[in-house]
Amino acid sequence: MSNIIAIARKELKAYFASPIAYIVIGFWALLYGWFFVFILNIFVRQSMQMGQFGMGPQSVNVNQQMIRPLLQNVTILVLFLMPMVTMRTYAEEKRSGTIELLLTSPVTDFQIIIGKFLGAMALYGVMLAVTLIHIAILFKYGQPEWKPIATMYLGLVLLGGTFISLGLFISSLTKNQIVAGMVTFAVFLLLWIVTWVGSAWGSTAERVTQHLSIIEPLDDFAKGVLDLSHLVYYVSFITFGLFLTAKSVDSERWRG
Amino acid sequence: MIEVQHLTKRYGRITAVDDVSFRVERGEILGFLGPNGAGKTTTMRILTGYMPATDGKAIVAGFDVFDQPVEAKRRTGYLPESPPLYPDMSVVEYLDFVARIKAVPSNERRQRVKDVMARTRIDDMANRLTGKLSKGYKQRVGLAQALIHNPDVLILDEPTAGLDPKQIIETRQLIKQLAGDHTIILSTHILPEVSQTCQRVVIINQGHVVAVDTPDNLTARLRGTDTLYVQVDSAGSDATAALTRVPGVTRVAESDRRDGAVGYEVDSERGRDVRRDLARAVVSSGWGLLELRPLRLSLEEAFLAVTKEDMPAAAADSAAPEGGTVQ
Repeated sequence: MSNIIAIARKELKAYFASPIAYIVIGFWALLYGWFFVFILNIFVRQSMQMGQFGMGPQSVNVNQQMIRPLLQNVTILVLFLMPMVTMRTYAEEKRSGTIELLLTSPVTDFQIIIGKFLGAMALYGVMLAVTLIHIAILFKYGQPEWKPIATMYLGLVLLGGTFISLGLFISSLTKNQIVAGMVTFAVFLLLWIVTWVGSAWGSTAERVTQHLSIIEPLDDFAKGVLDLSHLVYYVSFITFGLFLTAKSVDSERWRG
Repeated sequence: MIEVQHLTKRYGRITAVDDVSFRVERGEILGFLGPNGAGKTTTMRILTGYMPATDGKAIVAGFDVFDQPVEAKRRTGYLPESPPLYPDMSVVEYLDFVARIKAVPSNERRQRVKDVMARTRIDDMANRLTGKLSKGYKQRVGLAQALIHNPDVLILDEPTAGLDPKQIIETRQLIKQLAGDHTIILSTHILPEVSQTCQRVVIINQGHVVAVDTPDNLTARLRGTDTLYVQVDSAGSDATAALTRVPGVTRVAESDRRDGAVGYEVDSERGRDVRRDLARAVVSSGWGLLELRPLRLSLEEAFLAVTKEDMPAAAADSAAPEGGTVQ
């Protein structure tokens, strides 16, 4: 356990020692704020219109009309920024030769992988923490329900976890972090838009692709629905990604 | 302490290490010598558990590196060819991280970091980023990293590569000090390094072990006769003949001629010291004796000779180019 923490700490420190953490968090905060202001404007206009029709401001729901679309848009940011978080994890260690230090230390591959995963998750946690400021503003001036927000954040954490586990795997395949970043982005995008193809091909394909889609379950989380099958989906996706990483690291060993 | 039995490593169809066996006793420094691409690094990587062998067995500090890798790694310190540094970490941060993953108990960690920094003389760079250090300091941080958990076995892959002469001497001294407490395998393609620091040498070529011996035996084994180098000035053309007349001398050959000074290589019967007679002969002829020293077959030549044994086409007589390259 202490090995995992040591590696996770090192990973998190490395993000903040290089400009990556600041660029990612900076862009994230800027774009999140942008979305927030944009959607807030729409929301305010809607509730004013509702008021004019004499239905009173209470008839518009902050959770449904404001927070849900906001966080759905935010998932796009995750798609764009996550490759930057994961691309260097293994690729850079392989390029600089520090992988030799890790693999000749008395730690197991499993500990290294989990450590790296948790390090990236910690950075993602910092990113999510930044967004709580905006949610706090909504709580100050409105009465949103906290439960759907909590499930939505749980969904975001799981979505980030899937991206990170997959990104870790892709990074373990190459020495070049640019290649790792590009491939990761392409794969994420594919998982994102898989439903578009599905809906064009008819109902069976649509059902299949909906099960594959990485964002589809997120809508339920945003509604405040905790569906066990979604949890299983994300957790097994993460496990699978980490498993692939372990296999990739192990096979690299044999090939030398 | 280290036992390697029939180690073989293949990459696809290329065999990098072929049936290599050797032993290293506790406290010994073993030199691992071979040309680039001979399989030194591959062997070391197998010993450190970085990669598995295709065949054979390696036991380090009593643990099989393949069956009990964590136990073996806990007792092994490894300095790869290029020191594995994180450029964004300071020296202290880096050593602290390494201490954590090398299972140094948390209450000793601070002291261990201090100790190895003092030992490798990097304390003055403690808070510098490792990426900003000079090559020599990087190498020393790499060595500090290998020492941090006080391992029984130290495996150093070309520890002096890229250092300046002063740093090379310092590093060699440090390695010598470490022997005794630690069992050391050191790879190099620099021969003087082996004769100065190691008790035993394994010469490896094209994946095969071609010789295992002490540096002295190795040079002696390949030396047929004793050879002296004599340099004289104002000698006449009969000098060769005059030197040949000295009792015990079997052959005299002029080797170089510079500004009136002439150098000769003088072979003598084995075990017979002809230096006194030779000096007397030179002085009594009225020449100036500028230099008189034994020409040992250097380790370099020994090395070339044994690595050429694989290729019978290349005659062994060409294996003695320049004498005295060993300082």
